Amino acid sequence: MKLGLIIVSAIFINNFVLSQFLGICPFLGVSKKIDTAVGMSVAVTFVMGLASVICWAVQIFILDPMNIGYMQTIAFILVIAGLVQFVEMVIKKTSPTLYQALGIYLPLITTNCAVLGVAILNIDKSYNLIESLINGVGAGLGFSLAIILFAGVRERLELAPIPKALEGFPIAMIAASLFSIAFLGFSGLFSGLL
Amino acid sequence: MNLWKDFSNGLIKENPTFRLVLGTCPTLALTTAVFNGIGMGIAATAVLIGSNLIISLIKKIVPNEVRIPIYIVVIATFTTIVQMLIQAFSPALDKSLGIYIPLIVVNCIIIARAEAFAAKNPVINSVMDGLGMGLGFTAALTIISAVREILGAGTFLGMPLFGESFEPVLMMILPPGGFLVYGLSIAAFNKITSPRKS
Repeated sequence: MKLGLIIVSAIFINNFVLSQFLGICPFLGVSKKIDTAVGMSVAVTFVMGLASVICWAVQIFILDPMNIGYMQTIAFILVIAGLVQFVEMVIKKTSPTLYQALGIYLPLITTNCAVLGVAILNIDKSYNLIESLINGVGAGLGFSLAIILFAGVRERLELAPIPKALEGFPIAMIAASLFSIAFLGFSGLFSGLL
Repeated sequence: MNLWKDFSNGLIKENPTFRLVLGTCPTLALTTAVFNGIGMGIAATAVLIGSNLIISLIKKIVPNEVRIPIYIVVIATFTTIVQMLIQAFSPALDKSLGIYIPLIVVNCIIIARAEAFAAKNPVINSVMDGLGMGLGFTAALTIISAVREILGAGTFLGMPLFGESFEPVLMMILPPGGFLVYGLSIAAFNKITSPRKS
């Protein structure tokens, strides 16, 4: 029951992009076409799930026993950077096609604040291993939902006549604002249970 | 003269928030109140100056292949220092910035300036660049948060501005307001700074 709530909450109610503002850079940068948006979301969801588990283990088995909680930021970012590098190598070896498709987006994931954000949030909310994994994957799916829907909107925006000053980022932000209003509709869901 | 140019570059010409559109996550998340906006701006400025200083000092001994991980460790160290200082001196700010303090590590402005400026320029210039970029970021956050706080809560730095009859536009301090005000500010900035057609 709690796991179900965590995943629904991570995807819709506390959507990482539209209500917590994590991972905005790739959300705006990689959402010009649906294909690239799909590639980016697959990679991000995978890394977020994996990073949640490994960062949780680092916190519980290394940082907490040694009482060096203040090293959290440094330790987590190193874990994530290493993990992204590792994932890149594995994908390159096992599936050259997927590697081709994701290519340039893989290294960018290190600086996606959603990944570090979910790792830190898992610790802050004192989730256990399974809950961390579910929260990480759920947040990744929420990111995917937002970026893929948004890419669809931006493909249409390309064709629309837009005032000069609003071209590019400003109109994208305003579109994101309308998106965010739509996602606010979920905010009352399960309010009694969470 | 040259130092002044490096400093002023970040304020308008290459303003990180309005012109380069970097570091968008804290810009959107922490501009619900002017206090948070200024706090975040100052924290990021401190990290930016520190990391630019160190990276400029070590630029000759860092091997090119592993420079990004090294930059990230330097930035993470300064972020941790800033986090500890905020926790010690301003618990209220620590509470309201929350998770976004450790996330300064992945703020693209900082790594972008390390890579684009500090790794190629002398120490003093890099510090000035960090200061200018940081202040440009702070100014942008202050403007956006002032609009959002005044419209969304009817206050400025917590002081009520209007009478009892003012009905705050609640949406402005909710997530959609963040996107909306940021988008319109970039548009306004482009309009004002772009050369006029004759």
